[in-house]
Amino acid sequence: MNETRTLVSPHTLGTRRGKAIYWTTLVSIVVIFTFVFVFPLYWMVTGAMKSPDELADVPPGVFPRHFDLSGYREAWRQLDLGLYLRNTLVYALGAWLFTMGVDVTAAYALSKLRPMFGRAVLGLMLATLMIPPMVILLPAYLTVKDLPLFHVNLLNTPWAIWLPAAANAFNIFLLKRFFDSIPTELLQAAEVEGASPARILWSVVLPVSRPILGVVSIFTIVNVWRDFVWPLLVLPDSQRRTISVAISSLAVQVPQNVLIGSLVIASVPTIVVFFVFQRHIMAGLTAGGLKG
Amino acid sequence: MTTARTLVRPAARSRRRPSRARRTVKRNLTAYGFLCGALICFAFFSWYPIVREVLLSFQKTNFVGEARWVGFDNFRTVFADPGFVDAWVNTAEFTLLALVVGYVVPFAVAIVLNELKHARAYLRFVVYLPVMLPPAVAVLLFKWFYDPGPGLFNQILHAAHLPGLSWLDSTSTALVSLVIVSTWMNLGSGTLIYLAALQTIPGELYEAAELDGAGLFRRIRHITIPQTRLILLVMLLLQIIATMQVFIEPYLLTGGGPEGSTVTVAYLMYQYAFNFTNFGGGGALGLMLMLVLMVFSAVYLRVSREEAR
Repeated sequence: MNETRTLVSPHTLGTRRGKAIYWTTLVSIVVIFTFVFVFPLYWMVTGAMKSPDELADVPPGVFPRHFDLSGYREAWRQLDLGLYLRNTLVYALGAWLFTMGVDVTAAYALSKLRPMFGRAVLGLMLATLMIPPMVILLPAYLTVKDLPLFHVNLLNTPWAIWLPAAANAFNIFLLKRFFDSIPTELLQAAEVEGASPARILWSVVLPVSRPILGVVSIFTIVNVWRDFVWPLLVLPDSQRRTISVAISSLAVQVPQNVLIGSLVIASVPTIVVFFVFQRHIMAGLTAGGLKG
Repeated sequence: MTTARTLVRPAARSRRRPSRARRTVKRNLTAYGFLCGALICFAFFSWYPIVREVLLSFQKTNFVGEARWVGFDNFRTVFADPGFVDAWVNTAEFTLLALVVGYVVPFAVAIVLNELKHARAYLRFVVYLPVMLPPAVAVLLFKWFYDPGPGLFNQILHAAHLPGLSWLDSTSTALVSLVIVSTWMNLGSGTLIYLAALQTIPGELYEAAELDGAGLFRRIRHITIPQTRLILLVMLLLQIIATMQVFIEPYLLTGGGPEGSTVTVAYLMYQYAFNFTNFGGGGALGLMLMLVLMVFSAVYLRVSREEAR
């Protein structure tokens, strides 16, 4: 491992005292982190295996008395989690398709076709980053309830999730910045051969943009999955809720262990995504955080 | 060359001119064709709602007839609400408490993590794990932990021979309890962003400082902090903006109670609209929150542009 020099010099670390301090710090950090961030999740996963009586035990057992998955089974059955998982999946995938279709084409137009007023359009889009979504919650809700010009009510339809998700200035910003870095010669070569802009986007730009497309895709899907307030408002029908909203509104009606089981089931998809795409997620996080 | 060509073939030039103009028109049409999806989505779900937010706060609507202009009536209603000041105080208190823990701790954690040569991947993974949980799940999980009886937190306190707390049920601890959940589920992103920033600091700076005899804390003060100054500022603003919008924690944990001690501005706005069906009052609150947050956003944009340079 070639380490770059950090705060503490390798020389100090090499001394006996330095080594002792290093290992003590390392072990305590690992223990503290595991306790603070992993133990609550352990408590959740095992909590669903305890019976309601067992959950009321004082002091509680660190291990469940029996390896009993009925809490999970009941959660799936009583809360109808299959339906809500499917709903959430439909919302997330639709939002992803719309985001891809809308934001990628817009970023491409702004970056490579450079139309008149392109800078103004980009500026207006980026300006929305200054307005946090929470403060326009009510007017956005009213807009979805009675769409101007068309006068259709989008409440309780997936459109209420899909279309607003595509109006994401941050995605356009990330994509445009990436497209800007693609050398123009590459595109001109294709243009000389008579390729249309759509064709260039599809066969030249998109293939080289895989990293950024990955980041935008993951964040779009995860954001829809995690979102709470917006689906709470625009999908009031109990059959159309997302899993987060469904669980929180049914929380008081079910036994404790069933509720905890449903929490575990609801967090499985995002945790799996995190396991699989950890590198992309962390890369996207720092890209967004540093330049956002 | 140009003059020669013009002299020799004036006809060719005049024929090329409209064709170039046509090409520009065509390029613009194509570009706006590509842009129209985004323009429609932004117009309906971003730009129009922003304008409507302003209109809403000066109107009274009952959703049957036309909206009526009422001037500052909505603001007067909201100002007269005894919960109004409390909501701002609670929001400010929540934001400050969340800053004390949620701002300093991730930076300190990142500094320590950056020094460790082992278990790095594990620690980074673990600290980000709560961020990946759906917030509703994290909040409901903590609601169970906060249970004064068999809840995890009081059991840990009892195990350490300390008296239990009433957490969400007492006016003195409810807001702090919300801050704890919020910090737990958001700490990871700050930590990883700081960690990335720390890795860009050139090692020679530390070496030079050490040769000058600077101790550990002086190195942090005179190298680590100045080198990450901009990212620290950016994160400060981002965190203020994010925590001032706090909604899900009071909505799911306390419903604003006990005795209104956890009603935040965003939650009050929600209550006005959906519990009292007064969208005008909610709009007025939203507009005020928008103006406050825009100040922070504007500073943030300035800072991040400076940093991008």
